[in-house]
Amino acid sequence: RQTLEEMRELYEQNQADVSEAKAGRTDLIFLIRFRHCCLLRNQRCILAYLYDRLLRIRALRWEYGSVLPNTIQFHMSAEEVEWFSRYKKSLATYMRSVGGEEGLDLTQDIKPPKSLYIEVRCLRDYGEFEIDDGTTVLLKKNSQHFLPRWKCEQLIRQGILEHILS
Amino acid sequence: MSEAYFPVGPGLGLEENFLSLDDILMSQEKLPGRAENTLPRLAFALGQGAGTGDSIPEGTKLEIPLWLAKGLHDSKRRIISVELPKIYKEAWRTVFSADATVVDLHKMGPYYYGFGSQLLNFDNPENPEIAQTLLQTFINRFRHIMDSSQNAYNEDTSALVARLDELERALFQAGQKGLNDFQCWEKGQASQITASSLVQNYGKRKFTEVDG
Repeated sequence: RQTLEEMRELYEQNQADVSEAKAGRTDLIFLIRFRHCCLLRNQRCILAYLYDRLLRIRALRWEYGSVLPNTIQFHMSAEEVEWFSRYKKSLATYMRSVGGEEGLDLTQDIKPPKSLYIEVRCLRDYGEFEIDDGTTVLLKKNSQHFLPRWKCEQLIRQGILEHILS
Repeated sequence: MSEAYFPVGPGLGLEENFLSLDDILMSQEKLPGRAENTLPRLAFALGQGAGTGDSIPEGTKLEIPLWLAKGLHDSKRRIISVELPKIYKEAWRTVFSADATVVDLHKMGPYYYGFGSQLLNFDNPENPEIAQTLLQTFINRFRHIMDSSQNAYNEDTSALVARLDELERALFQAGQKGLNDFQCWEKGQASQITASSLVQNYGKRKFTEVDG
């Protein structure tokens, strides 16, 4: 926001000089050009910063799943939150259209799976976790479980469970 | 191990990438130059005058960042003329042709290759030689970088990386990543699902309240 203020000031100064230049003083052209360069520079820096933020938010969708933790959402501006929900929607539509009737969840199985069930250890307290056939599992710290792969993948990527190799 | 965040990389050759943060940092580097004409009222901005009404007399030497030099440089050269920084001049060029691997490129300005490519934008009679030197230095140092990046597994690489400029460092990291991935695959960790690095970083950082 501060840079926007600065830019506006510079622009206004520039305008004053342009009118002066038109009145016949041609040696002020350098000054105008100089300010124009500064404005362009500021604009470039702002754009690059915002674009980089967007790229990181997009990465978050792939790492965290559809719901962002509150601490991160607090730091995003309103437009960024809206961009995120739109990106989520496009990704969901795309996933539904690819591969069969129900679609293909591209966020699963990022590494090729070797077996259907995997052994996991819980790193943090999470609470109860329900599997497809109805059994609930209580996830406490350091408890080990043998669970179907697709359920655990999300939690492992978020750091709550840990995948153990035998 | 699979990353989802892909930042915009630096541009190649004469053009910079508009949105690349690396390019923005690189164009912040300063160049020596000379004012061709009296520049009214610019003195305060360039740090040389007392009040806002001063003008820079013709011929004063200035240090300007690259983005400003590119903007103010005109084919008719009425405003600024740029000179080459000393690392791209004759003396250093002979050093590079003698032995390129011993030069500490990080100390000489961490953007040697990128900045050099941008310098070719300004008209300069020595341009072909500069281009040739850049290329030759890169070729000579490349073998060294490749060897060291592929063979330093799980070691402290700061001594190796200290003398490389930014482009070479990116190459080095790419090599290291390839090596690490290969070792992981050999150990059988390729199928192990891991928490992503973004998640781990967020966990470590403490979020503080933002004011204003």
